[in-house]
Amino acid sequence: MKEGDWKTVLSVGAGGMLGAVGRYAVTIVIPANTLFPYATLLANLVGCFFLSFIMHLPIIKKRLSPAVFVALTVGLIGGFTTFSTLTIEAISLWSVVPILAIGYIVISIIAGLSCCFLGLKLASRLERSSS
Amino acid sequence: MMVLVAIGGFFGAILRFMIALHINKRLVGTWIVNITGSVLLAYLFHLHQQENISDGIWAIAGIGFCGAFTTFSTFGNETIMLIQENKYKQAVRYVVSSLVISIGSAAIVLHLLTSTN
Repeated sequence: MKEGDWKTVLSVGAGGMLGAVGRYAVTIVIPANTLFPYATLLANLVGCFFLSFIMHLPIIKKRLSPAVFVALTVGLIGGFTTFSTLTIEAISLWSVVPILAIGYIVISIIAGLSCCFLGLKLASRLERSSS
Repeated sequence: MMVLVAIGGFFGAILRFMIALHINKRLVGTWIVNITGSVLLAYLFHLHQQENISDGIWAIAGIGFCGAFTTFSTFGNETIMLIQENKYKQAVRYVVSSLVISIGSAAIVLHLLTSTN
């Protein structure tokens, strides 16, 4: 992939657009009546599962054009999930209930990596059964 | 609001993609964007709380741009790839350094901004 490939770059941007809007929509749908940032956690976990699933299922990469593939992975899912919001939410939580901040970080990492593993395992199982 | 978040997300994802292409070394690109994006978001968060920037600017730059510029899914996927390759030490180092440096520097930025007011 060449760096000057504007079509790929615009595809990533379009994916990022949808991803960011999707993440924003989750924060609207999930009621914010609790301290705990469920919306970001949910977006991050769902994104982890789908990214690992897609990255480890070669048939998807074969079927899609390179521009669509990066739009989906780097753009859409990459933009749907967020690290900076997690950082700020953890710091804000720390100033109110420190134990919740620690819990939020630990759950994000453990559940996030578990969702990645789940996506990877499901992808390799599908890959084996189709070959 | 939705449109502003979309515009920010468009540029955030593109910049992250360009940085990853330019650095062309796995982990490093994600590591850098997650730390710099977190620090930038801390700054914007402070400005928004002090009502120095409007809700619109917060939507485009904070929720849209910083949110999409940084990524949790790639961070997670890269970590399990390291684990799959039995590079446990590197995986732990990657996760811990991303978290500690991001949260640490964002907290320092917020502390400095708050104490100067």
